[in-house]
Amino acid sequence: MEHFNTFFPIFFLFVFAAILAGVFLLLSVLFGRKTKTAAKGDPYESGMKPIGTTRERFPVRFYLVAILFIIFDIEVVFLYPWAVIYDKLGMFGFMEMLVFVVILLVGYFYVLGKGALKWD
Amino acid sequence: MDIRSAAIDLGLISPEIIILASAMVVLLLGTVLKSRGLMAFLSLLGLVVGLVLVLQQWSQPQSGYYGMVLKDNFSVFFSVVFIMTAIITLLMARDYLIAKHIDRHEFYTLLMFSTVGMMLMAGSTDLVVIFLGLEIMSVPLYVMAGMNKIDPKSNESGIKYFMIGAFASSFLVFGIALLYGASGTTDLRRIMADFSFLKMQSELLLYSGALLVMTGFAFKVAAVPFHMWVPDVYEGAPTPVTGFFSVGPKAAGFAALLRICVYGFSGMAELTAVFWLLAVLTMVVGNVLAIFQNNIKRMLAYSSIAHAGYILVALTAGGEGAVSSAVYYLLAYMFFNLGGFTIVTIIDSRTGSNSQIDEIKGLAGRHPYLASLLALFMFALAGFPPTAGFMGKFYIFSEAVRNGFVWLTVIAVMNSLVSVFYYLRVVVAAFFGKPDQEFSPVSFSPALFIALLVTAVGTLALGCFPGYWLELSQMSMFPII
Repeated sequence: MEHFNTFFPIFFLFVFAAILAGVFLLLSVLFGRKTKTAAKGDPYESGMKPIGTTRERFPVRFYLVAILFIIFDIEVVFLYPWAVIYDKLGMFGFMEMLVFVVILLVGYFYVLGKGALKWD
Repeated sequence: MDIRSAAIDLGLISPEIIILASAMVVLLLGTVLKSRGLMAFLSLLGLVVGLVLVLQQWSQPQSGYYGMVLKDNFSVFFSVVFIMTAIITLLMARDYLIAKHIDRHEFYTLLMFSTVGMMLMAGSTDLVVIFLGLEIMSVPLYVMAGMNKIDPKSNESGIKYFMIGAFASSFLVFGIALLYGASGTTDLRRIMADFSFLKMQSELLLYSGALLVMTGFAFKVAAVPFHMWVPDVYEGAPTPVTGFFSVGPKAAGFAALLRICVYGFSGMAELTAVFWLLAVLTMVVGNVLAIFQNNIKRMLAYSSIAHAGYILVALTAGGEGAVSSAVYYLLAYMFFNLGGFTIVTIIDSRTGSNSQIDEIKGLAGRHPYLASLLALFMFALAGFPPTAGFMGKFYIFSEAVRNGFVWLTVIAVMNSLVSVFYYLRVVVAAFFGKPDQEFSPVSFSPALFIALLVTAVGTLALGCFPGYWLELSQMSMFPII
């Protein structure tokens, strides 16, 4: 019973999400306009053509850029919690973050120096 | 907790900072300047300065960062081992890298990053910091294993190591999470202090956590049955990197394992049985499979598994004497194993080399001194007096007997006997083997000469004058209850 109380909000969230989704579907079935085209019936997947060969070739540069983006993206995420409690951390937190950003910059300049961001 | 008064003590981690800083300098300079020799020199400089700074921390135990960083003699000793491993690897790698056209400055950077990770691993009683150190150590290793981009085997090695490493890390993290669930802390000192209470309250969580943590480290130190990745990874990786793998991460894994199991889990007497089984399996499988190898790197891979088994014997015995014998053994192992790998690297640097044992045939006719050194290192690996290998094994086995593990010692000694066969096979090939064609000469450089000199002197010094070194290893200790 103790666990139930602790996790009740999460349970409630599940139920609420299910009900909300059901209600939206129901509303659109009842009141929505019903025009059917071939494109509308297609499954949607990030703007890619859903049917075709899976062995499609694309420039490997996309991969490199994506990897680099992910790395720096994740690192920037660390700045958010720091910014939230910036006042409490004061000078100490500022210096710590400075060190962190400098290390990041080393990585950035390395990437630049290697020419990983050049497209051609 | 007042964040502002955080126990920041930069002097405490100055060796780590110096090595990290020089790694980053090399990383940046290497993209601008073309001279790889300068990069190697700068890295060497950084490592040597780090070594000097570490040595100054000897026998002044201090801790900082809320007890997350701990510089007792144990961690200082291991830091010295790691930095020396990195230095010797750097010295032996240069010519090989040039010969194989993979002389990139990233190698030196990664080597130093990895070294810092190991130092963190050995210098903490906090499981989270140990895990962080493990990751800092491992990620550069994955890249170093796959460094020879045009060699499919090197690629295989990198990918395999990465997969297995990630797999092992997940075990470790899961174990740490369970331990945290059981005790509410990741600090080994607090886990140990409250042990009897924690055991009463949540025994199952505590023990499953401990076993998972041990599994994670068993992967890293290549204990059987978590050893499957070792031969392939060791064979594929560039030879100096293999040498680094077989000493650095293994010593780091054992440093963490010693501290965690002998110190943090000192209340879990049941773990002795687990270690007993691990030790026996590791020794037997490592030694028996090494017999059948024709590739010298694969043979040394299995031999490194077997050596992990001998150190596990010390872990089984437990107690202060056994820990110091393990510490001594790891120092000795560093010298003779890296020495062996230096020679293999020299031979591998010749074009068309495939690291087969047959390729060593005729070495003695062409390079008698090199062949003698090879024999010295092989005798040390096999545990012959008066080399470091003998004294190391002697201390471990005598500690095991003293703690009443007679059968374990018998098995270990028998394994030692088996190992003589495959080590001597290399020596026989070098001295008495008839080469199929003329033995193409190897090239020497001052760096290689220094690497060989240091390892050979270390191997003999630890074997001939063990008293001083044993005292040193007895001093490099964490408090044991």
